[in-house]
Amino acid sequence: MTAQSPRVLVVGAGPAGLAAAAAAVGAGAQVTLLDAADQLGGQYWRHLPEARPSVKEAVLHHGWQHFVSLRKGLEGDRRCEIVTSAQVWAIEQHDDRVAVQVLIGPPDGRDRARRSIVPDALVLATGAHDRTLPFPGWQLPGVYSGGAAQALAKGERVAVGQRVVVAGAGPFLLPVAASLAQTGATVLGVFEASRLRRLAGGWLPRPWRLLGAGKKLGELAGYAKRQVWQRIPYRTGFGVIAAHGGDRVEAVTVARLDANWSPIPGTERRIAVDAVCVSHGFTPRLELAVAAGCALDADGFVEVDAAGMTSAPGVYAAGEITAIGGADAALAQGAVAGHCAAGGLPGDRTIAAAVRARATYSEFAARLDKAHGITPGWVDWLQDQTLICRCEEVTNAQLRGAAELTSSAGLRSLKLNTRAGLGICQGRMCGRSVHEILTRCSEGPLVNAATDRRPIASPVRMGELAAAFHQRETEHQERNSSS
Amino acid sequence: MSSRLIAASDDPIRPKDSAVISISVDGETVTGLAGQTIAGVLLASGRPSWRRTSGDGSPRGVFCGIGVCFDCIVTVNGDRDVRACQRRAADGDQIRSQHDALPNAGVPR
Amino acid sequence: MVVIGAGVVGAACARSLTLAGLTVVVVERGAAASGTTASGEGNLLVSDKGPGDELRLAQYCAALWPGIAEATASELGPGFPSIEYDPKGGLVVATTDAGAVPLLEFAAAQRGAGVDARPIEVGQALQLEPELNPGITAAVHYPQDAQVQPVAAAEAFLAVARRRGAKVRTGTTVTGALRGSDGALVGVRTDRGDVHCGTVVLAAGPWSAAVAAVLGVLLPVRPRRGVVLVTTRMPHRIFHKVYDADYVGAVESSDADLQTSSVVESTAAGTVLIGSSRQQIGFDDRLRVEVIEELAAKAIRLFPFLAGASIMRTYGGFRPYMADHLPVIGADHRLPGLFHATGHEGAGIGLSVGTAELITAMITGAPSPIDASAFSTDRAGLRGLLGDGLLGDAMPVNS
Repeated sequence: MTAQSPRVLVVGAGPAGLAAAAAAVGAGAQVTLLDAADQLGGQYWRHLPEARPSVKEAVLHHGWQHFVSLRKGLEGDRRCEIVTSAQVWAIEQHDDRVAVQVLIGPPDGRDRARRSIVPDALVLATGAHDRTLPFPGWQLPGVYSGGAAQALAKGERVAVGQRVVVAGAGPFLLPVAASLAQTGATVLGVFEASRLRRLAGGWLPRPWRLLGAGKKLGELAGYAKRQVWQRIPYRTGFGVIAAHGGDRVEAVTVARLDANWSPIPGTERRIAVDAVCVSHGFTPRLELAVAAGCALDADGFVEVDAAGMTSAPGVYAAGEITAIGGADAALAQGAVAGHCAAGGLPGDRTIAAAVRARATYSEFAARLDKAHGITPGWVDWLQDQTLICRCEEVTNAQLRGAAELTSSAGLRSLKLNTRAGLGICQGRMCGRSVHEILTRCSEGPLVNAATDRRPIASPVRMGELAAAFHQRETEHQERNSSS
Repeated sequence: MSSRLIAASDDPIRPKDSAVISISVDGETVTGLAGQTIAGVLLASGRPSWRRTSGDGSPRGVFCGIGVCFDCIVTVNGDRDVRACQRRAADGDQIRSQHDALPNAGVPR
Repeated sequence: MVVIGAGVVGAACARSLTLAGLTVVVVERGAAASGTTASGEGNLLVSDKGPGDELRLAQYCAALWPGIAEATASELGPGFPSIEYDPKGGLVVATTDAGAVPLLEFAAAQRGAGVDARPIEVGQALQLEPELNPGITAAVHYPQDAQVQPVAAAEAFLAVARRRGAKVRTGTTVTGALRGSDGALVGVRTDRGDVHCGTVVLAAGPWSAAVAAVLGVLLPVRPRRGVVLVTTRMPHRIFHKVYDADYVGAVESSDADLQTSSVVESTAAGTVLIGSSRQQIGFDDRLRVEVIEELAAKAIRLFPFLAGASIMRTYGGFRPYMADHLPVIGADHRLPGLFHATGHEGAGIGLSVGTAELITAMITGAPSPIDASAFSTDRAGLRGLLGDGLLGDAMPVNS
């Protein structure tokens, strides 16, 4: 490391973060790569742990060899420091840079090691999580997000059920169904909320524009082939509108949905299940980007320029926090952002392929939204007693009632008065749904609708905070006594 | 019992053998494999839920599976609010399920 | 009349004024209860105030709150969010040998002023709060301290006012004054049109200085930042409002640098709120980890078990700070038609209801429930801080 080599910090070791770290190293930076998990790969390449390695991990993954080579390259490079089990819990903004606060140790541990990093450039690649719209009974054990089924299958080899329904919206339902089938479960159906006409509208026009996205098409075709092979019924224009059971899910109600995703009365059908996996898309994990001061676009993603730089000085973003475009898009965005964070330019030849790929896959994100984006009719499947906020057990009726009684347009006030979004997940599960429900029952736009602002990005023990204070006090006293 | 571990013999990815660990869950011994998360051990043992909510005491287990929803939190060796889907189980871990009642009347004044 | 600001003070004023039969329009730049009110713990304290005018106001308010809480709840019905009025009492403890005597002396002086301040043995304190650090050196129990949920309280006051005809215009910014031919204020200009009225009550908390300037007068209220930590839900183990005696020193201090002292209490949701910090850094709301760490360390000094508790959220706000530590309540002697209700610093939630009664009495000409001369704009403590009369001629807008 020379005095000139910039220090680049990459947060998140999924496709975008790995590509960013590799590109930054390639451009001459000294890189630190952090991930909250104890292995690299993110949710996309989640795999069995070292304690229980798989002989044929590649069977479960797309691009597994690419991951292995990225990982090997970074692990073998002295210019890259990899820190796993590293939870970024806060980011401080200073006038021209940010200070990233990290706790290193077991998740939600008690005496994790503290580290504060002030890099020359920061690349955020924190990814996204499933967005599951609330429906009656969605809090029952046995109802999972699609990501949970995937994570348990890939990271644990746990099958969530024997008779399973997959529902929601988007191409991600296919790999979820495929990996469930690979656990030996019977997938009784995949129910895609969008209707065929809308799917065609999103995916079919100008197909030549997607020619470059060959891998993406291959990936989807691969899922489809496996789906045909497994004889999993795939129905469009249907949704799971309720889950039933006592202490766990026993059945779901599936109904036909109109173009607006509003259930059509009389089309309900009950299916006995022991698990159901529901995802209606993805929510970007924005708390660190918001904490770093990055501006968001109208759709609630981090705004980036051609270099992958955000509105915050020295802060770059890549992957699903900038748009939901899939792993190939994330790899391309990561390579560009990492290269530029290290001082390179978007026009540099070394990243020309990534820049081209990024342009190709950006089309994918727009099509995804056009074909599968959430439409407002979903609120019609809510009942009064449907939980909206899972943590604080706030029902649809309570939420709407508070909005009507207080005639308040303040999201923060409504949250404080109902506690919706104020529980331990800090609105990660319900935030956007609460916002949509309240927008529908208030006259104007909601004020102070800062759903993604969470200055404490992950819970931190008070003892860990206090230790930092006492250490500072001790150092202060030592300095005073020595001077 | 519907959640379960895929038998290694049936598994196309052929996981290698790993050490058997045992943890205590509300006083009951549950065995698992080294490298599993606490949620993985609990689900593999056929438990669909372990936490009870503060409002109506309804059961919760894993929902998001990736550390975002906090539905699966447990107390591990005395530390509350540990996400079971994120923490690897360690041999001998003492797990307690959480049911935190809301504050009520009848407190010392 | 126009009330500027829909925080708890503006909402309380709207409530009192409409109860007195007056017609009220509340003008609020953002959303109701979205500024300082949304960042407070909801303290209704007598314990942190030494003998003097602010204590008298606090005592008056402490007497008002139970009746207002009950009347508001019965008027708005069970469907309305509860304001969570809880007369849980305060427990103030000293954690050092040096701190014990000043705490007991302070309590004795308060008793002389009519405060129910009961020195108790450490063993008795541990009966009240079994998880308290047994190493405390002195403790005083204040049964008159209470708590509310401030956002719910503000919303409830606004709802009561609306039931009596008040209009609440959120998302509306005051852009100028409307003056009569005699120079008196006869309304405000906003970005959504003019509002004519006989009287303007300015209750914009720390933003009152900026609004006052728009209306044409200098008001030396400044933001003093405070940060509160929120834990995850836990079994109920803290039963009172418990704070370190050095809190009083921090409240009364004028130091601009960061000061922290520990204030710990449970909420009805099962979370624990941990304050408090005081820092004069303008309206800079950026997170500072050092502040959070210091607050955590001091709270653990009171309740050692909190070392294992998790912080899930922190929020900061700006208290309206006056250099002489007294609120400004009453007519502005420089600009007829303008009344102020601000400058309560960290006590505005508790003092809101009494402030509203004083303002209402002044406007209706009813006898003042307590002597409010200490809170006037022409008090000695503000001399030299108000500039000389009205701001430049360009400001006023003729109606």
